[in-house]
Amino acid sequence: MSDTILGLRDIRKSFGDTEVLRGISFAARAGEFITLLGSSGCGKTTTLRIISGLETCDSGQVLLEGRDVTDEVPEKRDVNTVFQSYALFPHMTVAENIGYGLKLKGKKKPEIRKAVAEVLELVQLPGFEERRPTELSGGQRQRIAIARAIVNAPKVLLLDEPLGALDLQLRRQMQIELKRLQKQLGITFIYITHDQEEALNMSDRIGVMKNGVFQQFGTPSEIYDRPKNAYVARFVGSANVLRGRAAYEGDTLCLESGGVRMPVLANAAPPAAGEVLTVAVRSEYVDFASETESGIPAVVKEKSFAAGMLRIALETGEGEEVIASRHGIDFDLSPGEHVRFRFRKEHALCVEAEDET
Amino acid sequence: MRKQKKQSRFPDLYLIVLTALMYLPIVIVMVYSVNESKISSVWSGFSLKWYAQLFKDRAIGTAILNSFLLGAISSLAAAAIGTLGAIGTVRTGFRGRGFMEYIATLPMMTPEIILGMIFLAFFSLLGLPFGMTTLIISHTAFCIPYVFMQVKARLAGMDKSYEEAARDLGANRTRVFFDITLPLIAPAILSGMMLSFAMSFDDVIVSVFVTGVKVNTLPILIYTQLKTGVTPKINALCTLMFAATLILVILSSLIGRSGYKKKNGNTGGLQT
Amino acid sequence: MKPKRRGWENAVFLAPLYLFTLVFLIGPFVYMLVLSFMTRAETWGVVQEFTLRNYARILEPLYYNTLIESLKLALLVTVLVSLLGYPFGYFMAKLPPKRRALLLLLVMIPFWTSSLMRLYGWIIIFRANGLLDKLLMALHLIRKPLKMLYTYPAVAVGMVYALLPFMMLSVYSSVEKMDWTLVEAARDLGASPAKAFLTVTLKLTMPGLMTGVILTFVPSMGLFFVADILGGNKIVLLGSVIQEQLMKVHDWPFAAALSVIMMAMTSILILLYRRITGAKEMEGMI
Repeated sequence: MSDTILGLRDIRKSFGDTEVLRGISFAARAGEFITLLGSSGCGKTTTLRIISGLETCDSGQVLLEGRDVTDEVPEKRDVNTVFQSYALFPHMTVAENIGYGLKLKGKKKPEIRKAVAEVLELVQLPGFEERRPTELSGGQRQRIAIARAIVNAPKVLLLDEPLGALDLQLRRQMQIELKRLQKQLGITFIYITHDQEEALNMSDRIGVMKNGVFQQFGTPSEIYDRPKNAYVARFVGSANVLRGRAAYEGDTLCLESGGVRMPVLANAAPPAAGEVLTVAVRSEYVDFASETESGIPAVVKEKSFAAGMLRIALETGEGEEVIASRHGIDFDLSPGEHVRFRFRKEHALCVEAEDET
Repeated sequence: MRKQKKQSRFPDLYLIVLTALMYLPIVIVMVYSVNESKISSVWSGFSLKWYAQLFKDRAIGTAILNSFLLGAISSLAAAAIGTLGAIGTVRTGFRGRGFMEYIATLPMMTPEIILGMIFLAFFSLLGLPFGMTTLIISHTAFCIPYVFMQVKARLAGMDKSYEEAARDLGANRTRVFFDITLPLIAPAILSGMMLSFAMSFDDVIVSVFVTGVKVNTLPILIYTQLKTGVTPKINALCTLMFAATLILVILSSLIGRSGYKKKNGNTGGLQT
Repeated sequence: MKPKRRGWENAVFLAPLYLFTLVFLIGPFVYMLVLSFMTRAETWGVVQEFTLRNYARILEPLYYNTLIESLKLALLVTVLVSLLGYPFGYFMAKLPPKRRALLLLLVMIPFWTSSLMRLYGWIIIFRANGLLDKLLMALHLIRKPLKMLYTYPAVAVGMVYALLPFMMLSVYSSVEKMDWTLVEAARDLGASPAKAFLTVTLKLTMPGLMTGVILTFVPSMGLFFVADILGGNKIVLLGSVIQEQLMKVHDWPFAAALSVIMMAMTSILILLYRRITGAKEMEGMI
């Protein structure tokens, strides 16, 4: 592909005996916003550091505009990083921080001054040139860190959980602003986060990582609506994952659990009857069965209220936990009660079992 | 009620009395430096004549100059060697690291008399002429740990991403060192150097062994005079030295607000 | 290719320290060890002939007694310094911040001041018919001058005085770091103030106290100039013997053997410290 700007090919990396990356490959197009999503220790930061050159890989290739930069030192690579801790040099002013990269490139002073003023305008902090990093708020430091990176007009901008240290409200605001900035500049962003909401909001494509491999790589709607496996379903969609046996009623694939068969949507490679079947159902689609309907028997464990929804935790006869969420505070169920739950076929996705390694 | 009052008073009283006792000998020396009489136990009126005599004394002048030179060169050399060594040790996880750290701080844990002894023996084995060179080498040796420890602590507490950010922005290792690392550890180097200078300027034990016959440092000169005949000039000299120390301490506490803490942390020498 | 380049860069940083310590520290230490097994020449210098006589000589009553006396004095000084310095560091750490900073400065100043000047003050005080004698006679506490100078107590006072700041500061730094809620918890659980101090505070500040003990004990065997100035030639420390053997008697092998013994004692003490506190570095050293 001609507009591929960054390519990773089968990157592997071990620290001592721990394999942190086990074959990471992906390609980012020009102007694309790609998020690497995963919980801590999944290898996303290491991937980012290998792209920037701050870490070397054991095997594999990093391609920047088609050129192999795997063995290139970080200062030679046309990528810049916004660090999680911002890493603003405490002994330099804001202007010196932002101008540092340009100064190293041998740009003249007036030119640097102009570029700094422009980029400060862009991050909406005009006139902050002479401040010291210690005099800035968290949000301001964040913007300066971004300004310091983008002023160099990198091919790719790497962002390592840049909003991690900000409070919720500021995060939301910065999400919108980052997205705006990215569109305006047309730079490829490689963004790291463990917050699925952030990833879904901002990205063109998301790579969900776990144990040093991509679990799934796709657009937000692919990831959210068609999770490939149980981990992605749970991590991105906060879905329930139910395990049972595959059964067929005519052509329809069913999940057999607790002596009940529930029809589900088959995926590309549906299992044969009697094999283990894993199904993902989002909590809002878990219904309670009426007297006449069939449903999987379960016991109510607890009720809690969170983010405008009532969460009802159920436990099936097989000991699996299922969350059902409902609007409103009051719901006529109390812990210890026996219920039966069901879901509609179109809401039950057949997914791959979670990789245990 | 009365008991409680007594309890709350005692710590203050204790601190005041002990601090006063610490300053007693210093104050006495200062008072007698302006005493007219040559006999130090007799007070016969105010006079600055000992100061006048002090300034006429060529030997003392040379000794002061020697001590300054020695302190400056040793602390500079220790700063260079100690700083580089600390960076090398902290930034690399090479195998002999623990051993290297132990060796680098060895002079701190060795009684000074032994340092003096081994330097004397070793330098005469090498056939080095005793004098400024041997003084500088031995003082540098016992000053290195002060810089090394300070810089190491500073580096260990420093966020690695500053250096990484600089590389990411296009600085090579050399630029990173001069633009980022050095400015960030400068306060630690400076305070290590000041401590080194003070240690060198005040050293008697090691110097006695390696000074030879030609070169006199200030502490050695004072030491010999204290052992033989003391003239009240020494009072005046000590007073001036105290004033210089005072200025140095105040300056160093102005350099960084954390100055106290760092210095406090670094009192761990075996020098006295 | 990469690891190679890294190795080369490390070498640039480490080389000066490595070379300097190798040549001017390890070298001399090894030479000291070698020297201690050599024979003294008839008049001057050293003969390269293996012998254990230097170590055997340490057991001769003259030197053995000096060693023991020196150890005893060092022990006495260490105990006095601990008893005086611990409360000082403790109370200092409990002061309000502003007064604490001021006091810290006041403690630092004598520490930075020439030790000879501070000793010289004591000469003036202790001298026969000096300030102390005059004061005590004026108070009618004594009739004849005490003539404290050149006595054992004078040397002890001088050494305590010289080493006290180390103890104060190392105790201070470990008390300052202490988590006071632990003491409060102990009190809450029914411990008396004394019990809480002994079981919690003292335990937690042990590293600071131990650092102070090492910083006092180790040099106190070698401070020959204190013994010289305040003790005349009556009080002889291990350090004084080493200095005398080196500079006056010129028996270097024997001086080396004495140094080896002293170094061994020091090392054992530091090892003990590490064993007791589990620390790799001395508290308050960083």
